[in-house]
Amino acid sequence: MNPHYTVAQVMQQVLLALIPGIAVMLWFFGWGVITNLVLASLFALTFEALMLYMRKRPLQPFLTDYSALLTACLLALALPPYAPWWLIAVGMLFAIVLAKHLYGGLGYNPFNPAMIGYAALLVSFPLEMTLWPSASGGFGVLDLGSTLSKVFGSGLSNWDAYTHATALDSMKIGLNLHQTPSQLMQTEGMGLIGSQGWEWVNLAFLVGGAWMLYKRVITWHIPIAVLLGLTLLATLFWLYSPNHYPNPLFHLLSGATMLGAFFIATDPVTASTTPLGKVIFGLGIGGLVYVIRTWGGYPDAIAFAVIVMNMAVPLLDSYTQPRVYGRKRSL
Amino acid sequence: MSQTWPLPVGLKLADYHKSISNQQPTQAIIPTQGEHLIIPLLQHSGAKPHLEIALGDYVYKGQLLAKPQGNISAGVHASTSGTIVAIEPHVIAHNSGLADLCVVLEADGKDDWGNTRLPRLDYQQTDLKTLVNRVRECGVVGLGGAVFPTDVKLNVRQPVTTLILNGAECEPYITCDDRLMREHAAEIIAGAQIILHMIQAEQCLIGIEDNKPEAISAMQQAVSAIADKRFEVVTIPTIYPSGGKKQLTYILTGKEVPSGGRGGDAGALCINVGTTRSVYQAIVQGEPLIHRYVTVSGEAIKQAGNFEVPLGLPMSRLIAAAQGSTISEPWLTMGGSMMPLPLVSPQIPVVKATNCLLVRPPPNTEVVMPCIRCGRCAEVCPVSLLPQQLYWYARSKEMEQVERYHLFDCIECGCCSYVCPSHIPLVDYYRFAKAEIKAQRDTRHKAEVARTRHEFRQERIERVQREKAEKLAKHKTALKEQESSSKEGTAETDAKKAAIQAALERAKAKKAQQANTTSSSTEGSA
Repeated sequence: MNPHYTVAQVMQQVLLALIPGIAVMLWFFGWGVITNLVLASLFALTFEALMLYMRKRPLQPFLTDYSALLTACLLALALPPYAPWWLIAVGMLFAIVLAKHLYGGLGYNPFNPAMIGYAALLVSFPLEMTLWPSASGGFGVLDLGSTLSKVFGSGLSNWDAYTHATALDSMKIGLNLHQTPSQLMQTEGMGLIGSQGWEWVNLAFLVGGAWMLYKRVITWHIPIAVLLGLTLLATLFWLYSPNHYPNPLFHLLSGATMLGAFFIATDPVTASTTPLGKVIFGLGIGGLVYVIRTWGGYPDAIAFAVIVMNMAVPLLDSYTQPRVYGRKRSL
Repeated sequence: MSQTWPLPVGLKLADYHKSISNQQPTQAIIPTQGEHLIIPLLQHSGAKPHLEIALGDYVYKGQLLAKPQGNISAGVHASTSGTIVAIEPHVIAHNSGLADLCVVLEADGKDDWGNTRLPRLDYQQTDLKTLVNRVRECGVVGLGGAVFPTDVKLNVRQPVTTLILNGAECEPYITCDDRLMREHAAEIIAGAQIILHMIQAEQCLIGIEDNKPEAISAMQQAVSAIADKRFEVVTIPTIYPSGGKKQLTYILTGKEVPSGGRGGDAGALCINVGTTRSVYQAIVQGEPLIHRYVTVSGEAIKQAGNFEVPLGLPMSRLIAAAQGSTISEPWLTMGGSMMPLPLVSPQIPVVKATNCLLVRPPPNTEVVMPCIRCGRCAEVCPVSLLPQQLYWYARSKEMEQVERYHLFDCIECGCCSYVCPSHIPLVDYYRFAKAEIKAQRDTRHKAEVARTRHEFRQERIERVQREKAEKLAKHKTALKEQESSSKEGTAETDAKKAAIQAALERAKAKKAQQANTTSSSTEGSA
């Protein structure tokens, strides 16, 4: 079957597929997840409307195509919960205004808007971007009132007590201090495989991704290739020296791996479009994620990996044309 | 049971809308007295045939109206008896919506063949050339929609092992081949036997989609009735566009027709079942192609069905035959819903390419959104093109890139447009680009011709001047030599010289006189 969706329906399906992941994040991190999503959506729609108005484009079809909302949700889920409102505003400004509309709006942006927003924030506000609350279960560490005061300015004097390095952070720091991955897994904040809570978040996004595959919203090429690229490198180094490199499962179930593989890398506008191109695009992202996580300056690497591979897309598309019926080979 | 090679891609459509029209037997329409048939001269892909009749002529049914001209051409015949009342341009079913030259035939209601039927040919006792000529004279063209003259196909140059009968009929709504196979299976098979004989093929595979079980069993019965081992009915899965000749060739033989090549290049010749029956009618019955099966269907027709329609019948008459439309201004298209050809007027006549008339409510135009590069178009493209890249380049008129992405391999099946979430009319862009490139080539070709002509002229002028100059120079040197020799010459030579001088002067005077009497047009040459 080849369902034929409208643009809005495609975006809608992706948004729906995010729900399991959002639910699990809500359980572990609390109201901050929701404030992130709500604020990001509001800013996204405002900026979208503003830009459409300035570019003299019709508002209705583009505001209801869910594309701005999707960008908002992806960025919101990548930001640390309880992020201050202005951080989210700046992120959405980068995503919607700079990365999307300055390139011509829906369909014309060469880079993934959410990831441009994320990367810009990570470079500009490294402190705010790494303050992840501890995953505590039972809807997080703060009640709604404290959440709002945290998000809207007054902050919390003892916020540091609520935050915790993520597994990728701890792993990176620990390994630099010559601890082994298995030792590190015993420390506080680590879960069964990845960081506490994160493995469940990743599994939930995996479920959403599988559903998208089932509904044929996305094809298997990109997500599978991302996971494969990451797994291949992780396995290689882990087999080479298990005392210096965490096992592949740790990588698969930590950080934004599943969110990145199924929801971010698969953004059709900025991804490669040919079957082979998609596979190379995905492998590149997976490989880069491993490289940046292991030797780079940032704990997680989805955003940079995706942006770098976005740059390669025109070349990939051009050199991976499928063989046309009745022709010997392409090009 | 033969092996089949499933199409790697294509569409499984949700609803084929076939049952609207395939329930009742086909009705033949005979033009009544006074009715006007508008018969376009050009009803095939090829050269326009040469008009053989004049205004006011009375013609019998089946009488030749226009004779094929050139290598690729097909004749046109009167579809009923009557008088030629006009030979004029008329709007026809074509993408451009432009008018083309048509013969308007006023029927006398007798539908009289006179003695226009050609003598029956026994194909086994007739040479190939005569058979091919008969097919050509009878105006037989591909009835699947491509309307390529069939005689050209049958005049094969390379060995063909397989004849493929195309009974796939993969387009939604269309059921004319379905009904034809149910009602005239024997004639189709008989036609296929003639074609097998002509192209010397070893086997005949009849491909029919599995959503036509009655047609399949009818064809199977016809095959078993003749007990010819070369024939086999092959049931193929219902996937759009398995009825494309290249697609069907692949499904039945696993071989691909090379890009830009003909069916024969894959060792198989693919011919529509309707065409096959026309071959039978031309050879055995001596009847030219003057009517065809047409499906009338769509949500806005009262009594959908199939009709055996004389060519030239206006669509409006076809709608009337189907009890009319349920709405006042229906949207008329020719062909199925995947590759519809919009009809600008209900007065457009049925032609050889008309397999279906769709009468539907006007489509609600969806907002066209920007391409989000989702690649669904590429997922469904049966020729593995990258429709989206083609779209970008066609839109920006980068025709070189469009060709690099193999635009001309596009079969315009409409799969990409169908699945596009942005509702971009992709195929329209490809048609535009193809027309644009062809126009460019044409202009380039014309410019090339003009340039060579200009260069040739230039060269000729130069050559003439050069020759003249050479002649002059020769003359001068000769004179000089003469002068120098005369200086040291004797009286004898002086006298000779004087005589020559006198002769020259006489000649000059004569020339002057001549120039005076004739026009001064020769002045330039002096």
